[in-house]
Amino acid sequence: MPHDHHDHDHLSPSGHPYRSDDDVPLTYWQQMEIALRELLIEKGVTTPEEIARQIDAMDARSPANGAALVARAWTDPAFKERLLQDASAASRDMGFDIGPLRLIAVENTAQVHNVIVCTLCSCYPRNLLGLPPDWYKSRAYRSRTVKEPRKVLSEFGLTLPDETTVRVHDSTADMRYIVLPARPKGTDGWDPDRLAELVTRDSMVGTGLPRTPA
Amino acid sequence: MPDRAMHDGAVPDGVAPVKTQRVRVAARMPMGHVRAPAYLRGKVGTIERPLGAFPDPERLAYGQPAPDRALYRVRFSMAELWGDSAEAPTDTVDAELYDTWLERLD
Repeated sequence: MPHDHHDHDHLSPSGHPYRSDDDVPLTYWQQMEIALRELLIEKGVTTPEEIARQIDAMDARSPANGAALVARAWTDPAFKERLLQDASAASRDMGFDIGPLRLIAVENTAQVHNVIVCTLCSCYPRNLLGLPPDWYKSRAYRSRTVKEPRKVLSEFGLTLPDETTVRVHDSTADMRYIVLPARPKGTDGWDPDRLAELVTRDSMVGTGLPRTPA
Repeated sequence: MPDRAMHDGAVPDGVAPVKTQRVRVAARMPMGHVRAPAYLRGKVGTIERPLGAFPDPERLAYGQPAPDRALYRVRFSMAELWGDSAEAPTDTVDAELYDTWLERLD
């Protein structure tokens, strides 16, 4: 029962526990960030509006660009070739601003399933997939995916046959990764826009598969 | 004994030579910012592809001059990484490693 909490003295009117306030001192690095930001504004290097716009732009990123990339690869063999050869260049061909990102696309096939992790921190192709989900940054995902990827994937609801080879990609240095999932069956003749709707974020991280046509 | 790194300095013109061979990751455990994960140290893998050259993160992190170092994708089998406790011995982990961490085996 979602609302069956034991300590009823600490429930909000909606039946959820209150989250405690963050009445704790700033950390050293939080103070440093504020100090640096204020200095940059004071000296006219940047403005509060510019910072707010940049935060908005970051928040607005979504997996849509990645999905468009995958859908195009499913429908355009020459593009797929280019994507697997040099995913950064292929992304720029699509008109996506990926900055200095060095991107590698890894292809799922009948024999191989790929999954992405960053054991050292939380490297993620934000320009194509938006902000990473919290679980991607969790210690459990980062440490377990290189040790027991099949178990991790099964917890995402993806149980792979023993014959499938699992390839884990640990994003340890300057590359970022995107999985090119296999095109779902029953989508013959679909155009890229319609196909893109099947491409989930998790299918491009490798923790899921694309949706199948209803 | 010093590590037998594959190169001892910067890579000319930022171009990494093509290599398709077995390498061992150095087993050293230095302090500080390092981008070779501990679980790969001392393990043997094969070069999956060269990636070009990038400023050495172990210097970059401290604001020091950072010469370009060749970076490779190295593939390890789960059997090599985890031995008998591997979930599926022939599954793999690919990771990016700088040549300063790699010892050529053949």
